[in-house]
Amino acid sequence: MVSGLINENPTVYERKERRVRTDSTNSDEFSVEPIDQLEIFDILFFDFAFINIHHIRDIRDPEHPYSLEQLKVLTEDSVEVDDLKSYVRVTFTPTVEHCSMATIIGLSIRVKLMRSLPPRYKIDIRVAPGSHATEAALNKQLNDKERVAAALENPNLVEMVDECLSPSFE
Amino acid sequence: MINNLRVGLMEEINFPQLPDNQTGLSVIVRFRGERERERDEGRRMDLMEKNMELIEVQKLEGHTDRVWNAAWNPVSPILASCSGDNTTVLEETHTRTVRSCSWSPSGKLLATASFDGTTAIWEDLGDEFECISTLEGHENEVKSVSWNASGSYLATCSRDKSVWIWEVLGGNEYDCASVLNGHTQDVKMVLWHPTMDVLFSCSYDNTIKVWWSEDDDGDYQCVQTLDESTNGHSSTVWAISFNAAGDKMVTCSDDLTLKIWRADISMMHSGEGYAPWTHVCTLSGYHDRTIFSTHWSSDDIIASGAGDDAIGLFVESKQHDSVNGPSFNLLLKKEKAHEMDINSVQWSPSKENRLLASASDDGMVKIWQLETIP
Repeated sequence: MVSGLINENPTVYERKERRVRTDSTNSDEFSVEPIDQLEIFDILFFDFAFINIHHIRDIRDPEHPYSLEQLKVLTEDSVEVDDLKSYVRVTFTPTVEHCSMATIIGLSIRVKLMRSLPPRYKIDIRVAPGSHATEAALNKQLNDKERVAAALENPNLVEMVDECLSPSFE
Repeated sequence: MINNLRVGLMEEINFPQLPDNQTGLSVIVRFRGERERERDEGRRMDLMEKNMELIEVQKLEGHTDRVWNAAWNPVSPILASCSGDNTTVLEETHTRTVRSCSWSPSGKLLATASFDGTTAIWEDLGDEFECISTLEGHENEVKSVSWNASGSYLATCSRDKSVWIWEVLGGNEYDCASVLNGHTQDVKMVLWHPTMDVLFSCSYDNTIKVWWSEDDDGDYQCVQTLDESTNGHSSTVWAISFNAAGDKMVTCSDDLTLKIWRADISMMHSGEGYAPWTHVCTLSGYHDRTIFSTHWSSDDIIASGAGDDAIGLFVESKQHDSVNGPSFNLLLKKEKAHEMDINSVQWSPSKENRLLASASDDGMVKIWQLETIP
């Protein structure tokens, strides 16, 4: 068992200032706002903490409690959404090319979106082209819904996903 | 024992809802006789020239989680469906999602395949179902189960990449007859040929494999692999279905296509050895999300169910190109048949009506009737 972290010194980027949403001119409180890129970005970053796997198992080694945004795993451009078609695609960049956490990250993103978006949404998750050694295999697994369903019945995996989705430290 | 099973009459519009604590495996619906229907002399003839419509005749909302599979009983008017939710009954047998179910040819037994790694056999005792056997052996999730035409064999497949053949012995005994390795990934579905003891499997490894025991001694080998090099699929193959005669087969995939295959099975029937399957045509451009299920009806209509929430119906073209062979056309596409992915489509064996069952992630099972619009 490797005692070191997968990524000892992650590059941490400055957080972008949150764009303030101006009040909609539409005063109808029952009107449905179309879901756009920023909203999905907010869904993914609000209360979404990235915790190294070692932190989950070893509380004596508290770790990089930085968000995926700060590690540039996800940016606003990561999200492609078409609300009319009920479609979203999220592209993420694992911090390390051989990152074994990529499956957990991808799964966590999917779960977060599944819990936040209307059921009509079709969700595709992929790693940024060129960012991972087994890109095709990873993408296939992340988008096979039977595999995802079975994985989410595994209590250990669910626990890890919930850790990733637990509220941020900040 | 399933002593809290509810039955419903298909003809009633208000299907009795299952109480809250009882959902899951079997939304078993019994038809009380079938509606008489004027025989339309021309009904088997050119459907393409008529205005057809797929009309929803029943919606079954007993499940509280996605419905993976629906299966019509071959002899009685009963439909079974299985789901991610679990009944109080099923929890005693399956501890995780029931992924698929299949009736034996006699219609008396129902096999259920579960993510818990086991396959259970249930006997229909009339007003209840009893689990008479549990087949163990797979290392992880069982995805599919299939009975052969005579009911003497069962086949199962799993994420563990293997296909198992089980022999049906007397007295509720089942024995593992063979463990077939060959697929390099998760096996999604397994299906026995309708007239011969030849087994087909399809997989996350993008291939379809054919397993045959030449000497009929139970020693099954992989005799053919349909992959990209033989005009096969370029991504996960999710389902297989045969026409009634068993000389044609349709497969569907994550590559967004359906493929039609054929074989000279008369050659096999006459004992001249294995007749390979060859690609006939590919149906593409009809679905833009993974096609999870396909089923070939007894009167030659192919149904497809996909992640785009739509049902597709296809028929063979009248224009028979002697060079390229048969081609298939879209008869109709039912958009938004469900509110979420369709996991399973199955034609009823009933000869009276063209009934199609569809099961979806939206938790519903719908029954459709294909009708000619006057």
